[in-house]
Amino acid sequence: MSAVPSTVLHVTGVNKRFGGLQALSDVALHIERGQVYGLIGPNGAGKTTFFNVLMGLYAPDSGSFALAGKAYQPTQVHKVAQAGIARTFQNIRLFAEMTALENVMVGRHVRTASSVWGSIFRTRGFKTQEAAIEQRARELLDYVGIAALADYKARTLSYGDQRRLEIARALATDPQLIALDEPAAGMNATEKIQLRALIDKIRNDQRTVLLIEHDVKLVMGLCDRVTVLDYGKVIAQGTPAQVQSNPQVIEAYLGTGAH
Amino acid sequence: MKNTFSQQPWLVVALALVLPLVLQHFGNAWVRIADMSLLYVMLALGLNIVVGYAGLLDLGYVAFFAVGAYLFGLLASPHLMENFPLIAAAFPNGLHLSLWWVLPLSAGVAGLFGVLLGAPTLRLRGDYLAIVTLGFGEIIRVFLNNLDQPYNITNGPKGIGPIDPVTLFHYPLSKKLDLGWFEVPSVTLYYYLFLCLVVVSVIICHRLENSRLGRAWMAIREDEIAAKAMGLNTRNLKLMAFGMGAMFGGVSGAMFAAFQGFISPESFSLMESVMIVAMVVLGGLGHLPGVILGAVLLAALPEVLRFVAGPLQELTGGRLDAAILRQLLIALAMVGVMLVRPRGLWPAPEHGKNLDTQGGQA
Repeated sequence: MSAVPSTVLHVTGVNKRFGGLQALSDVALHIERGQVYGLIGPNGAGKTTFFNVLMGLYAPDSGSFALAGKAYQPTQVHKVAQAGIARTFQNIRLFAEMTALENVMVGRHVRTASSVWGSIFRTRGFKTQEAAIEQRARELLDYVGIAALADYKARTLSYGDQRRLEIARALATDPQLIALDEPAAGMNATEKIQLRALIDKIRNDQRTVLLIEHDVKLVMGLCDRVTVLDYGKVIAQGTPAQVQSNPQVIEAYLGTGAH
Repeated sequence: MKNTFSQQPWLVVALALVLPLVLQHFGNAWVRIADMSLLYVMLALGLNIVVGYAGLLDLGYVAFFAVGAYLFGLLASPHLMENFPLIAAAFPNGLHLSLWWVLPLSAGVAGLFGVLLGAPTLRLRGDYLAIVTLGFGEIIRVFLNNLDQPYNITNGPKGIGPIDPVTLFHYPLSKKLDLGWFEVPSVTLYYYLFLCLVVVSVIICHRLENSRLGRAWMAIREDEIAAKAMGLNTRNLKLMAFGMGAMFGGVSGAMFAAFQGFISPESFSLMESVMIVAMVVLGGLGHLPGVILGAVLLAALPEVLRFVAGPLQELTGGRLDAAILRQLLIALAMVGVMLVRPRGLWPAPEHGKNLDTQGGQA
């Protein structure tokens, strides 16, 4: 364990401007291994912009990014995943016509390599690798609790199960950091409780989660640390308790006088 | 019946082995139709990689068929010797390549063209991609039509011929094989060659489909953004799909040139591209048995319809043109199939049961 750096994501000085709008100004973030880190803020605060910058969808105007001690440049989406950030989508994006198992197997793509020759001639190396990919995918389906649905097409799964499948697919890339974009959106109370248990389980396995969420109750109950964005600026950072009592947060996010 | 076919591919192969021996009793023209069907199967299998697996609608696929055909046409006909003294000096006896050179060469060159034509289209999707690839297909044909000046490379609309037949173990397949007690005509020899190539193609496609690469292609087809977020280098994967798909087209084209002995740009019209797409879609996008079925049906149907169109023409006192009538019937058949079976004649089976009935969809 000592060889693994304790800092997973270290981001400083991120700026992003869209025309006349400064969407992000000097945003900094520091996530430790094994944390569930919440990123919240009212609508239009810049959560999604920051997320997209982090994932390589938007090029930042400035900023330095380091993942597990190694600097990375979020220039291309697939390189970010290779560097070690896996994400889920607010509006679930699965490979609908592929089975749940195949979805997770695609997640293994980035951590495996096979040549066209190997696939065509079915070399021994290819076969052992395919078996390993499938075994790992089944383990992950079991981990998120949908092992029984392995052979069902992704589009036939229920909403909650689709979210679990998306998380399993993200885990399959062996990520340093799992970024969940509003995972509780559209979920009912039961599904939210199950989701919370799953994120807890992921944290207990010393994995790191970045949670972008509207649901304040979920964030406050689950996260170790929270960053609050407003108008593209970090207005508070700390434990949920600290953030909750921060007058700026109360004013910007929860509304004046509310507490 | 379908299940027994898909579970026992050897039964299908056995039937395919006997087929020409039966057909040649009715005349070599029938075996010829079977030969052409096999070439179309190979084309459809190649296009299926691009359209069926990677989900990239390519309406200019015939370009790779043309590249393969012209590559072999130029290498195996006296055309280049007649027009370029330098080449004639270098190869006084002409280039008479054997099959073992033709196959990798046509696959390689067509694959290269696939990557070259695919590269500019990487950012395009759906309809837009279809329009651009359609343009590329036409560009190739226009080039073939006009590259007779200033240097006569393709001989323009006059076409290239005579092209050598395929030579296998120093035996030209254009000669009938006399076994003493049994004569095998040339078309039947070609049939078996093409059948071998199709079987190899099917095996390659099947193995690609069930590999890391095939899954990555299908992920791009299903959701490109999610595929990228999973770390898939979609640019390289798409180029690979274009390249590998084109290889099948190239081999099929080279075989076509050798089989016909003559090629001209007329054979590589937009209509051909459309027909190959129709074969893939009508049969069952992304499902190998369906694609093969679609190719065989659409390649053989026009020929079979000759026997229907003829009597119909007589019935109307010759006022109906047989060729037009045939096209009408094919079009009607295609419309009918797509209405009754929108996912194709033989689509990929549904995995597992459908969970929709249990609800839970938010």
